[in-house]
Amino acid sequence: MSDTIPVTVLTGYLGAGKTTLLNRILTGDHGKKFAVIVNEFGEIGIDNDLIVESDEEIYEMNNGCVCCTVRGDLVRVVQGLLKRKGRFDGILVETTGLADPAPVAQTFFMDEDVRAKARLDAVVAMVDCRHFGQTLKRAPEAEDQIAFADVVLLNKTDLVDKDALEDVRATVRHLNPHAVIHTAERAGIDLDEVLDRGAFDLDRILEDDPHFLHDQAHDHHHDHDHECGPDCDHDHHHHGAKLDAATHDTTVASISLRGGAMNPDLFFPWINKLTQIDGPDILRLKGIVAFADDEERYVLQGVHMIVEGDHQRPWRDGEARETRLVFIGRGLDAEKIERTFRACEVEPAKAA
Amino acid sequence: MATLAQYDLGEHVECVAFIEDEAFFAVADGKVHFPALNKGVEAHESLLCATPERGGKAMLTGGEDGRVLRVTTEGWKQLAEVPGKWIDVIASGPNGAVAVAAGRSVFLIVDGQPRQFDHARAVEGLAFMPKGLRLACARYNGVTLHWGATQSPPHELQWEGVHIGVLPSPDGRYIITAMAENALHGWRLDARKAQDSHMRMSGYPAKPKSLSWSAKGKWLASSGAQAAICWPFTAREGPQGKAPRELGTRKDSMVVEVCCHPVADVVAIGYADGMVIVVRIDNGVENLLRSSGQAPVSALAWDDKGNRLAFGTEAGEAGVVTL
Repeated sequence: MSDTIPVTVLTGYLGAGKTTLLNRILTGDHGKKFAVIVNEFGEIGIDNDLIVESDEEIYEMNNGCVCCTVRGDLVRVVQGLLKRKGRFDGILVETTGLADPAPVAQTFFMDEDVRAKARLDAVVAMVDCRHFGQTLKRAPEAEDQIAFADVVLLNKTDLVDKDALEDVRATVRHLNPHAVIHTAERAGIDLDEVLDRGAFDLDRILEDDPHFLHDQAHDHHHDHDHECGPDCDHDHHHHGAKLDAATHDTTVASISLRGGAMNPDLFFPWINKLTQIDGPDILRLKGIVAFADDEERYVLQGVHMIVEGDHQRPWRDGEARETRLVFIGRGLDAEKIERTFRACEVEPAKAA
Repeated sequence: MATLAQYDLGEHVECVAFIEDEAFFAVADGKVHFPALNKGVEAHESLLCATPERGGKAMLTGGEDGRVLRVTTEGWKQLAEVPGKWIDVIASGPNGAVAVAAGRSVFLIVDGQPRQFDHARAVEGLAFMPKGLRLACARYNGVTLHWGATQSPPHELQWEGVHIGVLPSPDGRYIITAMAENALHGWRLDARKAQDSHMRMSGYPAKPKSLSWSAKGKWLASSGAQAAICWPFTAREGPQGKAPRELGTRKDSMVVEVCCHPVADVVAIGYADGMVIVVRIDNGVENLLRSSGQAPVSALAWDDKGNRLAFGTEAGEAGVVTL
C-alpha cells in the first residue's frame, strides 16, 4: 500500500473555483509534483505536461448495476501515468461541475489494476458560498458532491457576510457531519489541508465527539428541525431529512453509530448484507471497528455497494476500544441499521 | 540448453519484438532500445503504446506527446500527430497502414494520409483484420469494424460491457475481445444469425489482458488466471461448451503475459513475479526460462522462426533467451 500514489478528487459545482485551486496547486511552491487529470484544458493557463485531458467515460460494469459504475478513462490514464515510477507525488482528478462523484471514487476501489498503483486519498468538494443556496435548489449533483466529500472547501467567503457563511457551513455540516470544512477566498488554502490527507482523515473525523454534532445544531438554531422520533434515542445521530426552510430541503442524511467490540463473524455478514441491499442509497460509509480479541484497529470505508477494510495499526494503550461508523445516504432506515449493528456487538460500549 | 542475455532498461517495458532479426524493446520512458547493438532511439518523452510493423521492418510507437512514430535502428520518422492528446493504442495493418486511438477518435493512416473515425466512447483496443484494410475498434458495449478502403458504413458488434482489447483470429473468422469484467467475448463472423455469433469465455479472476493465437489458430491463449487459459478453436462454433486447457498452473502467481510460438503449438508464459516459462500446449510439458524477477512480466515476443524469446518487465528488466 505504501508505494501507491495518492489521488485527490476535486469536485464542485460550476464556478466553485476548482480551476483556481488547480492553478494554485500547479504553481505552488510545495516541492511536489502532481499530475492533473482534467476534462477540458479550459482555463488552466499553465503549459504543463503534467496536465492530461480526458473525456469522462462512465462505464457500467456487471450488467449495468448503478453501484458498479467506474470512470473508464481514469483506469486508462492512471495506469498510463504510473507506468513510470517516481514520476509524481500525487494525482489530482478534476470532475465536471455536474459530475456524480461516485464513479470516480468507485474506480479506485473496483479496478484491480488501478488499486495496485494508486489509492484514493480524499474527495475534496469546493463550494461557491455566494451561490450555494441556489445551486442546491437547482442541482441534486451539488448535494451529492457535498455528501461524498472528505474535505469541503467553502470558497469565495469574501463575497458573503458572516451570517450567510454560517448558513452555508450549517447546510454543509448537515449534509455531511464528518467532513473537514475549510474556508477560503479565491481558493487560497494551505495545500496540506487538501492534499495527501491520508486514510481519509478517518482519525480526525471519527475521533470527534459525536455530541459535537448535536451541540453545533443547537448553536446554529437548527435543532427545531432535528426530528427526534421514536427511533432517535440520542445514542446515535440521525440527522433527519429536513433542514430549515431558509436553507434547503436536503434529501441526504447521515447516521453515526458508536458501539463496543464487534464479533467479526456477525459484523462482516452484516455490513455485506447491508451494503448489498441498501447500497444504492448509501453514498459513503466509513468507520473504525474494534473486533473482539483483536489487537489492531480495523478501518472500513465504502461507496454504495463497495466496502473495503484493513487493519490499520495496533490499539494504543488507554485508547477506548470502540467501534464508530458513519453512513451518509438517502432514505436510510436509521432504526434498522442501528438495531442490526447492535446485534453484532459482543459487549456494550464502555461508558464514555 | 537455453542461453540468456539480460539487460536493465530502467523502466516499464511496453513492447518487445524482433525486427529484421534484432530485438527491439520499447520502454515507457520513450526510448526504443536495441541492446544487442548497444544503442537506442529516443522517441517520446513518455511512450504509451508500441507494436511491431506488419512485415517486420520497424516498430510503431505512440506517446503522451500525441505523436505517432516509426522507429528503426537508424532513428524515428513521424507518421502523424494528434496535438494535446495521448496516443492510447496503436495497430499495424497491411502495406504500411497504421491505426491509432486517442480517446474517442481513431486515426487510420494510409500512405501518410490520416482518416478520422469518431466514436461515442473511447476506443481501448485496435486491431486490423488479417485480410484487407478492415479495422476492429474495441469500445464500450462492443466492437466497431471500419472499412478502411471504402466509405461503407461501419459494422457494429454489440455486447454490453467494457471491452479493453481486441484480437481477430488468424483466419479472420472470429473476433475476440478482452473485457474489464474478467472475461473474453467472441463473435463468430460467419454465423448465420447474429444471436448465434456470440462466444462467452468467463471465469477469470483478473482481466485477461494478454491474448495470443497459436500458430495455426487452433488455440487462443490468455492471461488473467493462475494458469495460461487456452481455448480450443477446432470446432466450427469455437470453444462453446468446451473446457479450456490450463497450462503452467501456479499457486503463488498470476499469468500476466502469453505469447504463442510462431510455428509449434507452444506458448510462452510470463507471470506477475517475473517468471517466464514455455509450455507445449498438447501435453503441458513445461520448460523454465527465467525463475523470477523484481516485477511482473510486461512483454513477450518470439522471433520469426521461434528460436529466440524476448521478454521485458514492469521494472525494466529485459532479456533474450535463445532456445
